[in-house]
Amino acid sequence: MINKSLKELGALLAAKQISSVELTREFLARIHRLNPSINAFITLDEEKSLAQARAADERIAKGEAGPFTGIPLAQKDIFAARGWRTTCGSRMLENFVAPYDAHIVTEFDRAGVVNLGRTNMDEFAMGSSNETSYYGKVRNPWDTERVPGGSSGGSAAAVAARMCPAATGTDTGGSIRQPASLCGLSGLKPTYGVCSRYGLVAFASSLDQAGPIAKSAEDLALMMNVMAGFDARDSTSLPREKEDYTRDLGKSLAGLRIGLPREYFAEGLDSGVAQVVQTAINEYRKLGAEIVEISLPNNKLSIPVYYVLAPAEASSNLARFDGVRYGYRAPEYTDLNDMYCKTRAQGFGAEVKRRIMIGTYVLSAGYYDAYYLKAQKIRRLIAQDFDQAFKQCDVIMGPTAPGTAFKFGEKTADPVQMYLEDLYTIAVNLAGLPGMSIPAGFSSGLPVGLQIIGNYFDEAKMLNVAHQFQLASDWHTRMPEGIRE
Amino acid sequence: MKWEVVIGLETHVQLQTQSKIFCGASTAFGSEPNTQADAVSLALPGVLPVLNREAVRCAIKFGLAIGADIAPRSVFARKNYFYPDLPKGYQISQYELPVVGKGCLTIRVPAANSEQPEDKVVNITRAHLEEDAGKSVHEDFHGMSGIDLNRAGTPLLEIVSEPDMRSAAEAVAYAKKLHELVQWIGICDGNMQEGSFRCDVNVSVRPEGSEKLGTRREIKNLNSFRFMQQAIEYETRWQIETLEDGGTIQQATVLFDPDSGETRAMRTKEEANDYRYFPDPDLLPLQITTDDIAHVKAAMPELPDAMKARFEQEYGLPAYDAATITASRAMADYFVAAAGALPKEFAKQAANWVMGSVAAKLNEESREIADCPVSPAQLAGLLKRIQDGTISGKIAKEVFDAMWVGEGDADAIIESKGLKQVSDAGEIEKIVDEVLAANAAMVTEYKAGKEKAFNSLVGQCMKVSKGKANPAQVNEILKKKLV
Amino acid sequence: MSLNLSDVKRIAHLARVEIDDADAETALRQLSGILGLIAEMQSINTDGITPMSHSQDITQRLRDDAVTETDQRALFQSVAPAVEGGLYLVPKVIE
Repeated sequence: MINKSLKELGALLAAKQISSVELTREFLARIHRLNPSINAFITLDEEKSLAQARAADERIAKGEAGPFTGIPLAQKDIFAARGWRTTCGSRMLENFVAPYDAHIVTEFDRAGVVNLGRTNMDEFAMGSSNETSYYGKVRNPWDTERVPGGSSGGSAAAVAARMCPAATGTDTGGSIRQPASLCGLSGLKPTYGVCSRYGLVAFASSLDQAGPIAKSAEDLALMMNVMAGFDARDSTSLPREKEDYTRDLGKSLAGLRIGLPREYFAEGLDSGVAQVVQTAINEYRKLGAEIVEISLPNNKLSIPVYYVLAPAEASSNLARFDGVRYGYRAPEYTDLNDMYCKTRAQGFGAEVKRRIMIGTYVLSAGYYDAYYLKAQKIRRLIAQDFDQAFKQCDVIMGPTAPGTAFKFGEKTADPVQMYLEDLYTIAVNLAGLPGMSIPAGFSSGLPVGLQIIGNYFDEAKMLNVAHQFQLASDWHTRMPEGIRE
Repeated sequence: MKWEVVIGLETHVQLQTQSKIFCGASTAFGSEPNTQADAVSLALPGVLPVLNREAVRCAIKFGLAIGADIAPRSVFARKNYFYPDLPKGYQISQYELPVVGKGCLTIRVPAANSEQPEDKVVNITRAHLEEDAGKSVHEDFHGMSGIDLNRAGTPLLEIVSEPDMRSAAEAVAYAKKLHELVQWIGICDGNMQEGSFRCDVNVSVRPEGSEKLGTRREIKNLNSFRFMQQAIEYETRWQIETLEDGGTIQQATVLFDPDSGETRAMRTKEEANDYRYFPDPDLLPLQITTDDIAHVKAAMPELPDAMKARFEQEYGLPAYDAATITASRAMADYFVAAAGALPKEFAKQAANWVMGSVAAKLNEESREIADCPVSPAQLAGLLKRIQDGTISGKIAKEVFDAMWVGEGDADAIIESKGLKQVSDAGEIEKIVDEVLAANAAMVTEYKAGKEKAFNSLVGQCMKVSKGKANPAQVNEILKKKLV
Repeated sequence: MSLNLSDVKRIAHLARVEIDDADAETALRQLSGILGLIAEMQSINTDGITPMSHSQDITQRLRDDAVTETDQRALFQSVAPAVEGGLYLVPKVIE
């Protein structure tokens, strides 16, 4: 049951071959068994999960079910969900029970989805290894001495360990794609504005985008059918017709032009990863695709630009955590300012404080033009590189991350080393493009992800590009040792 | 040394919308604390702003009213600072690209060499949309303050003037004109007690003739014109005295204490502010098309200055009358309704009544013209009876007083009180005869050349007729009889 | 544009994050490293380039002026650190 696709689970539920309660219990049992060693979940609430499962079963019995009714999923602990503790991986929100629902949570509820629990993450989504969570590091099911990636590391580890069939994530600089890559999963960051950000605790508003992490591209497409769509409460949500993201699955790839940016295969890329990615691209050749070399000349600037813009937005977005209306308040203080300073010093972890300080600095008087404005200008150059590239190709491919899952502590001493993890993913967020990662093979026993970048709103096409590869390969069906039943 | 004071105003105008600027919570005043603080007003993690169309329309209206350019593209920015009444830790405002650009307002100020006031143009630098903050309640909660966020997110238009004013009187004239204008165009209720219209006044002084501006101090949150006058006068004196005593002025934010009549520097704003403005990534650029502007323009009321000119031209009102009547939308509306029911040549009379009896009575009872007990139609009905000679101007005052206390329309009152003017020659002759007989001494005086005696005789006739005799006829008949 | 210890403390204060001397030293080292990474931007000529704030070149959607929210004070204040009489309590605000 745990390896079944979402489509298969939906069919079993619809045919009443299994009930949602049974399915939910099965996954909860796995969570109980595996989570102590993986730490993928921050909060579980079996009563709530089972109540949702019972409601789903009733819906199915009444014949009012949709394709997702009764399917249990896990939610990244960044989406506000009424009645659920929503911590964002931070001490700041340790006791914050959200009094409202994120748009995406509402959409899953309407679809009849069962929430299995809240997945661990880097604090406020700031990190690439899940080591910044106040609730402890998440372990990679492929090697529990290694990181699962971040910031949606809990979601990725939960799916990889088959503690849930699929999960939600968010991606500001690679936070869906990189953990998907490191955990051998499929993950999609949609075009900016396709999924509502309402109720997604903001890290960097102009870059944040919600998306799914699952075992296969087909599952991602089904998840997108629920998650994507216009929301009037998000000014940056794009007013577009609902689309069926499965509509292109099954199309031939003959004639597809795949662009390989030479900058993605240059210095900094692990040779084992490079080899796996090249092999995957050869597979695409066999599927009828044509390979063209392209250039994204400003790609290397995406890291400096990102580490100006994202912290700047974050420094402002996180100002609301002041100990006044919700969240942590320091127990002792002398006056108002002291209350603010102690609350924030104690409530935020080191990486969050670091980014708040960088962001505060680059926006401060006298530095704005040299940092923030400059970064916004280069952001445009980076986006223009993609515009040029998509004149020559239909999709862009390359590695998702420069290497495979690394060991705990390997990159925590120097924040800059950690930031380089996002070398191939960040530009996509800066441009607002859709990007995904799919399992392409292994290097030294660890999963390697292939990144697929599409033009704006080309998610359906990209999902088929991934799907065709998955029809021709079985990397996405591999499962870590030690978590098998 | 002679000193010149230089004054500029920043005015926060609460826009008259049903809901807040970025969310669907109510803007009603005076509710229980925090009952209008929804998820967005409270800045719960993950919530997002969506701009209220009506707030934008209000800004466009104001821009049109001051002849300003409306920016086709303007940008919302975050102004970052920590304060308990600011839930997000930043205020959404506009910084580099405001919605309304340069415009101006004409005020009337006392002239140097003339009794008549003269016009002065005050330039407006910009006006931008932003959200209001909540309120701190300073009652003692065991040494703590209470925060009410009902007001947080109420739409504001911040109107920034150039430092064009040179006296407290000019500053107050500007503030009053602005106060009237925002009510005139229907974007603000003008309620200063409730904080709907608040002024921050920047005051500096410099030696007369100097081009260089002195260091300014900003008087925050003045919510009455009287306090504004007092605060500026005090602040000006204080700055001059400080400089004359050899001191220097430090840039500061000050508060006015109405009890002491003094200004004092605020304690909380002492540290240098660094607001770290940047474009709000949650909000895309605001686009205003020429079509949007045309729509608003079509629904705009006639503006006071245009109406003033029209009253002078169309009704032949003197400039002073036209200006007085168009000083408030409600008064202008009242006048138009009354004058419209009368022949044009009686407009001046209508103006006299509106500025005279109506204004005096309202003033006496501290009422607004909007709830004047005598409707414009009733006033027109009264004036018609003066015109057609049914009653004299004097009797009209009596009828007006009766209308004021709700005794009905002019005709009904004239009828029930028997106030109809006596124009019957025979009847008047009888009265005249009676008066002449009873006042032989006056007759003799008149005939001896004392013109004043004639007036006394007229007065007697009017008295005998209880004011109802047609004064012109009394005059005529009396003259005839005395020849 | 190198950073010094007093800059770090000024930034920390602007951001309302308490920082002691030892932490400020660490922060200085790490922030300087990050600024070194960022400095790469300065080599690029960006004359005449329009800053990009949003990935989509679209303008703001407006909402109708309607009250859609109802009073949920009790629920919202159930997660507050300190409330009394419907007000959020904070250390005394002095003006």
